[in-house]
Amino acid sequence: MGPLAFTPPAVEFTDVLPLLIWLGTLCAVLLLGALVPAVLRGRYALVTFASAVAVAVQQAMKWSDLGSEPTGTALSDAVAVDRFAVLATMVIAVALGLVAPVLHDHLARRDSDGPEPWAMFLTAAMGAQIMVSANDLLVLFLGLETLSLSLYVLAASNRRNARSQEAGLKYFILGGFSSAFFLYGIALVYGATGSTNLTTVATRLQGSVSLAGDDALLLLGIGLLLVGLGFKVSAVPFHAWTPDVYQGAPSPVTAFMASAGKVAAFAALLRLLTTALERRADDWRPVVWALALLTVFVGSVMAVVQTDVKRMLAFSSVSHAGFVLVGVEAASHGAPGLSSSMTYLLIYTVLVIGSFSVVTVVAGDSDDATSLSDFRGLARRRPALALGFTVLLLAQAGMPATSGFIAKFGVINSAVEAHSYVLAVAAMVGAVIAAFLYLRIMVSMWLEDADDGDAPRVPRATGAVIAVAVAFTLFVGVFPGWLLDAGNLVDLFRPVAAPQG
Amino acid sequence: MIAAGAAHSLSSFPVLSALVLVPVAGALLVALLSERRPEFVKLAALASSVATGGISVWMLSAFDTHESGYQFVSRHGWIDAWGISWHLGVDGISLFLVVLTGVLFPLVIVGVDPHHDEKRYLAWLLVLEAGVMGSFLSLDLFLFFLFFEIVLVPMYFLIGGWGYDRRVYAATKFFLYTMFGSAFMLVGIIATAVLARRDVGYLTFDLVQIAEKAGFAASTGRWLFLSFAVALAVKVPLFPLHTWLPDAHTQAPTAGSVILAGVLLKLGTYGFLRFGLYLFPEAALWAKPLFLTLAVIGIIWGAVAATMQTDLKRLVAYSSVAHLGFIVLGTFAVTSQALTGSVAQMVNHGVSTGALFLLVGMIYERRHTRAIAELRGIQAVAPVFAAAFMVVMLSSIGVPGLNGFVGEFLVLIGSFETARWWTVVAATGVILAALYLLWAYQRVFHGEPDDANSGFREITAREGALVGVFIAIILFTGLYPKPMLERIEPSVDRLIEHVQKRTGYVAPDHPVGADHGSDGEGGD
Repeated sequence: MGPLAFTPPAVEFTDVLPLLIWLGTLCAVLLLGALVPAVLRGRYALVTFASAVAVAVQQAMKWSDLGSEPTGTALSDAVAVDRFAVLATMVIAVALGLVAPVLHDHLARRDSDGPEPWAMFLTAAMGAQIMVSANDLLVLFLGLETLSLSLYVLAASNRRNARSQEAGLKYFILGGFSSAFFLYGIALVYGATGSTNLTTVATRLQGSVSLAGDDALLLLGIGLLLVGLGFKVSAVPFHAWTPDVYQGAPSPVTAFMASAGKVAAFAALLRLLTTALERRADDWRPVVWALALLTVFVGSVMAVVQTDVKRMLAFSSVSHAGFVLVGVEAASHGAPGLSSSMTYLLIYTVLVIGSFSVVTVVAGDSDDATSLSDFRGLARRRPALALGFTVLLLAQAGMPATSGFIAKFGVINSAVEAHSYVLAVAAMVGAVIAAFLYLRIMVSMWLEDADDGDAPRVPRATGAVIAVAVAFTLFVGVFPGWLLDAGNLVDLFRPVAAPQG
Repeated sequence: MIAAGAAHSLSSFPVLSALVLVPVAGALLVALLSERRPEFVKLAALASSVATGGISVWMLSAFDTHESGYQFVSRHGWIDAWGISWHLGVDGISLFLVVLTGVLFPLVIVGVDPHHDEKRYLAWLLVLEAGVMGSFLSLDLFLFFLFFEIVLVPMYFLIGGWGYDRRVYAATKFFLYTMFGSAFMLVGIIATAVLARRDVGYLTFDLVQIAEKAGFAASTGRWLFLSFAVALAVKVPLFPLHTWLPDAHTQAPTAGSVILAGVLLKLGTYGFLRFGLYLFPEAALWAKPLFLTLAVIGIIWGAVAATMQTDLKRLVAYSSVAHLGFIVLGTFAVTSQALTGSVAQMVNHGVSTGALFLLVGMIYERRHTRAIAELRGIQAVAPVFAAAFMVVMLSSIGVPGLNGFVGEFLVLIGSFETARWWTVVAATGVILAALYLLWAYQRVFHGEPDDANSGFREITAREGALVGVFIAIILFTGLYPKPMLERIEPSVDRLIEHVQKRTGYVAPDHPVGADHGSDGEGGD
């Protein structure tokens, strides 16, 4: 292909159907919301939910189709078509579908019924979907920015709350920095390999025998890419924004950030590292190893000393990111780290959305009552809610018979398969530290008496989401087989034969 | 009890699964029943725990005395992707612990009043029972870990919700301490299964498959053993990891203390036998001096610390540290007698210390204090209560004729050959036990009752019946230990044979090829 010749790529529409569904919904929400507001008023949640279900169903069909046809790429190699992307897209759809009812109740409380938050959520989902299937660094960057910009706005969307404004601004500024790092990383990798396409990068790296000293460009590029994605997954030391933003953003937004946002970033990280940079695993593995260790420990320790439940959950999400990084490290050895990381993310998505839904309920109309003392005596005021939250917290702590244990077990299993014993033990010890945090919340709910008697009102839709999350958590905890089998089928489009390691 | 003929026809009944699932069902039922009908709640809890106890006693009667392997085995595929199965089985080592669990829970449910939130309390107790049962019955490493860890949750809530003034601190300490140990064991379990895959041929967490087929290189086996040992040592608890125990025991409600001392601590000692010695015999023998030393330090330390306590409950708690030291001593002495003694001591300690906590709980109910200094002359006003306390205490000391003697004696005699000097030191622990318990008895029960103690209520009929069951077990086992020992021994011998076959170690009372079907040495 000559440099000036331009052949429009063939567009395989079915491969980008999730994007089209969400884009269509987005347009419908915005246009109808602006032109005939009466039609959709109060039904935005339903529409968004329906779009999430549509994507999930479409992806489920795609999943079974991919069983018979080989994985590949679409849109001139710009996006990958594989089960990895399908699973990640499904997780994003699940996140969107679960957050939509919670957001509905949240907005209903403050009488805001405009289409804007819904449009932003749909945009964020699109960005996340682009990230998980991007097979080109620039496409990845597009997805990253689409996701991030929507989240910046959403974080600041509670205009009556100064903390929300602060969160949005903070996230925007720091996120801008990280995007710059990421972009510069892309440029350097392009400089070193001559391509931004993951497949091509992988092929070039395979072909080139590097001599000492001439790959500084590439190493620096890899480092900057890791910084950019490390920021998005809130890996320590790039996590500083997490507690403030998670605390300040409206709770449903936080739930989405901690679930879909994290899934997208991790999927991108996994794809980037294990396909394009597979040959350089020896270079990036130690970095991921250190990141994982730091993230688990700093996240757990910092979580313990917080007094605000949202901040606690924010740091706990940092610690969970560390666990996924343990899986990423294992994936670098060719161990089943890929599937265990993705399974972890799926399980965590449900857990974290359930948990933040409880927080939304307890936080009340102002969305402010999130300190630990606001949870005091919840078991007396709302026993079912407290029990549900307890299940979700125990699952996050990794107690057996909950999905959280299955997630942790899977990741530790792949770390052991990869002989990363130190990391496995350290991660488990970190989990023990984190358990203290969940115990603190449970103590507050069960063992301390309430200051005042009024029970928080549980809106029906949010209650349903919590119930679904708890049911899923327990069901997967007892019958995890189907999920693990599905996880084992996850594969990544790989142009290069996997090295032995 | 069901006759032998019926036992045969019931052989297809999943006895062991029922032991785990009946309490779970009971807990769910209790949780679903309305709090406004406390009598139904209590009835449901009682029915399921009595049913579990009944099944366990029936299992005891149907247990084949001369069979050394696992009986009533129940095995179903569960998580195929990881080679995990629902594999339950019982042998002589776990048999009496299972029965003890089955008997202890209904007694506690009947006999101890939680004072508030009875529904939640009963639900947690039943979950706890399921967890303990599952831990003793599991023959799959994953399954064992699952139950071992799940036990923490109900115990945490029981201590935290119904305990005394520093209950939240104690509950949290208990939870985190134990979970810290488990962190290592989880990695160890996974590593064991993954490394055993080469020998076994496929990934499995099945205990028997791994133990029989897999051989670990010495250095690997030692690391794996140590990862298990940390978790188990915390649970036992072994010096210096014991510091959670006095707090947990002291702050726990009576039911919690009884269960904790009765069966929960045994998860650790049982684990050493079932998983430590069985899976990693070479490593266990290698680590023998370390664990013998820790056990002996525990015996002496527990005794000395108990002597110095001013709180009666804390005193009993420290006596547990000492008693469990004997069990660990017997375990790592690896002789037939010592191991049999260990297993017997696990059960006997459960009975006598469980009863002791029950009695201390009754004292607290009456006097609202556990401070030894505030109790005096109770014998004068409540002689029957004092007598009951005396019998239980003597059993705890290990006086011949009572159950405590059987296990301790077998441990000491069995350990003498393979761990002579440790045994010599440990034997002084028996004397110390007499010292601190008798001294405590003297301070609490003798003398003239002052005003506060002169109103001490005599034991009631209900309490008497409850303690009576314990005393009956204490006397029966003490006077006629044969039925117990002859069921324990075949399995213990089988374990020792496994160790001998794997390591070339020769147990002094168990030379290779010896006739191990005899029941000669028990009980005299």
